[in-house]
Amino acid sequence: MADIFWTYGVPLLIMTGQSLGLLVALLIVIAFLLYADRKIWAAVQLRRGPNVVGPWGLMQSFADLLKFVFKEVVIPAGANKAVFMLAPLVTCVLALSAWAVLPVAEGWVVADINVGILYIFAISSLGVYGVIMGGWASNSKYAFLGALRSAAQMVSYEVSIGFVIVTVLLLAGSLNLTDIVNAQKGDWGFLNWYFLPMFPMFVIFFISALAETNRPPFDLPEAESELVAGYMVEYSSTPYLLFMLGEYAAIVMMCALATILFLGGWLPPFDFAPFTWVPGIFWFLSKVVFVFFMISIVKAFVPRYRYDQLMRLGWKVFLPISLFWVAATAGVLTAFDLAP
Amino acid sequence: MTLAALFFYLFSAVLLAAGFMVISARNPVHSVLYLILAFFNAAALFVLLGAEFVAMILVIVYVGAVAVLFLFVVMMLDIDIAEMREGMLQYLPVGAAIGIVLLIELILVLGGWAVSPGAGSVLASPAPTDGLSNTEALGRVLYTDYIYVFQAAGMVLLVAMIGAIVLTLHHKPHVKRQSIGKQVARDPATAVENRNVKPGQGI
Repeated sequence: MADIFWTYGVPLLIMTGQSLGLLVALLIVIAFLLYADRKIWAAVQLRRGPNVVGPWGLMQSFADLLKFVFKEVVIPAGANKAVFMLAPLVTCVLALSAWAVLPVAEGWVVADINVGILYIFAISSLGVYGVIMGGWASNSKYAFLGALRSAAQMVSYEVSIGFVIVTVLLLAGSLNLTDIVNAQKGDWGFLNWYFLPMFPMFVIFFISALAETNRPPFDLPEAESELVAGYMVEYSSTPYLLFMLGEYAAIVMMCALATILFLGGWLPPFDFAPFTWVPGIFWFLSKVVFVFFMISIVKAFVPRYRYDQLMRLGWKVFLPISLFWVAATAGVLTAFDLAP
Repeated sequence: MTLAALFFYLFSAVLLAAGFMVISARNPVHSVLYLILAFFNAAALFVLLGAEFVAMILVIVYVGAVAVLFLFVVMMLDIDIAEMREGMLQYLPVGAAIGIVLLIELILVLGGWAVSPGAGSVLASPAPTDGLSNTEALGRVLYTDYIYVFQAAGMVLLVAMIGAIVLTLHHKPHVKRQSIGKQVARDPATAVENRNVKPGQGI
């Protein structure tokens, strides 16, 4: 009995503790990033943004949480109940579970699996199910149209994200996220990171990440001027909260992925004394916040794309460029014998 | 080992149950959702076997892309479930007959199953484990021993893709299309013309 406890029980307890710690930290970070998103958006529009709850409005996200939780869950009469309630759960659980393999600092990862990047890619491509199921189960025209748009959009942009990931894999020679970060380590600090040689891919990844997470200017699934709120139109209270939470968890996950693939993860920008003393988690978080800042400022600047333009951008611009870049990278690596 | 066996039975049981629900669920959308559950459990079984690359590819390709398109199509179909169930009894004998014939054929095939003499050596040499990751081992086999088959599979897919495009591409002559290149290439020199209009004359 004691044997079973030591072989299975203790690792299970440790893993549960790690997962819980990661989840709590992630949710707190998301709460403040949500606040930051609204503040940045407001600042661009010369508004004040949330400023009532707590000092400078810092507690706004927690007030919103309480408000959502205490409201009534309304299920439309014509809805398919099981699928309707399953959809927000799917969105939220998938977005959070992707974090299991993301290393936030040297060795700080819950599951350091060999195919980490594929796992992330798989999980993020599953995010579309929450949207489709929610849109279909609501039994509403707006929600259904939003779901259809989202399905086509996410499948399209996944392709270019896949090719971008392949170029980084060619450079790093591993599917493990920790190895990808370590492959960017060098004497030149931030000049060793992959955003420099792979700059076009970094741009494509950034824009595709916007489309993959339904962020403006690609927020057609929930375009409020045409579809009210798209697939979320029939949702209220906690299910709505779960949708929003899943969406932001996916956005932060994409920021973290951009950090790991292109911005050197937890590595310091300069490889000498005062910078190397700072713990890796600080660098990782500051890079994630930087990418998130760019994502949220895009929301404030850029008008929404028309649907045909969105499809054109995905299939006719990003796909050929990224495909060419994969071939070019592989060619250069083979020709100069640089492949790891 | 016991834990792995426990999970094997768990995933297998869910896989079989989900597979059964695919064909017995009343709502076609529910069928597709059960199919996705089945794919997931198959991927989990691959993980238990140590084939994590195949598992992830299964999830990415089948769950992430193919099943999305399935769901897409099934949701767009306007299926009246009551009407579908009306004709059920009428077709039941034919369906049952086909099913029984297939079952008998399967039994005959499986009954006469003979293991080829070369298969033993293939089974006895499992995936290389000397520091090679799953992905690398698969890549080495795929791009060396089976490169021609692999390329042929790629060609088949390419032909299918081009075929689908040819079948669906219709250029209607009267439809106005946006040409981004033309729009971007416009400049004031070609698009705007300054005329000196004399008073009282117009252009």
